[in-house]
Amino acid sequence: MKLKEVAELLEAQFLNLEEEGRREIEAACAADLLSDVLALRGGPALTVTSNVAPQVVRVAEVMGIPAILYVRGKKPTEEKVISWATENGIVLLSTPIPTFEACGRLYLKGIRCSEGKYL
Amino acid sequence: MSEGWEVVLHYAILKGGDLDNVGVVSTEIKRRLQEIGVEDDVIKKVSIICFEAEMNLASYADRGGHLKVEVKPNRVEVVVEDDGPGIEDVEKAMTPGYSTAPLWIRELGFGAGLGLPNIKEKSDVFHIESEMGKGTKIYSVVFRRKDAA
Repeated sequence: MKLKEVAELLEAQFLNLEEEGRREIEAACAADLLSDVLALRGGPALTVTSNVAPQVVRVAEVMGIPAILYVRGKKPTEEKVISWATENGIVLLSTPIPTFEACGRLYLKGIRCSEGKYL
Repeated sequence: MSEGWEVVLHYAILKGGDLDNVGVVSTEIKRRLQEIGVEDDVIKKVSIICFEAEMNLASYADRGGHLKVEVKPNRVEVVVEDDGPGIEDVEKAMTPGYSTAPLWIRELGFGAGLGLPNIKEKSDVFHIESEMGKGTKIYSVVFRRKDAA
């Protein structure tokens, strides 16, 4: 699924790198605890989170995460966080939809858990 | 790559309590390992180990600590040392979910009690020493080749 399709599906806006809308994602994870993201075993995946701390972007870079979807209309409050993501090629999206609904819609479109054992 | 070659990366993480900069050293290490040509799966494990270690230093060691990464032909070794408060019960600290993190760290999404267990899981060799009032030392190895054990 392309990120621009994710954005349409979830009424989300791109906070940066809209030109990367053709980037494909196949798997996702949802986590607010960074420790949970760091403990994931799967490959790179869209990360659905309500955590707008700058450290989320740092974790994303370390984990090779291609895109972060902030739920409930959240956005990082500091501009530098968005530019930091841009420098590292991490796409940031923000949707007004809450986590459960966002994940449900993605699942119905064929996106699966990034930890492969649940496929 | 020629046999016997080795690259040592040293980083001092000097400021305890500075969570804003957690991850800066790990991402730098990740870039350096990519430049050196270390395998992607090894880089990912080492980056995660370093990130968790950085997080621990910033959260618990008042004066921060020191991180050393040695790249060898068949393995990457990570040594993390601090002179922080030490861990009262190492066995408990190794239990997933056990945490002594204060609320302000948890509010950032850290301190879920997965740090040390995650470092151990990503390591092929893992060793931890800690003494109350003296500090903590972690030794971690990630093998670069399956037959290198």
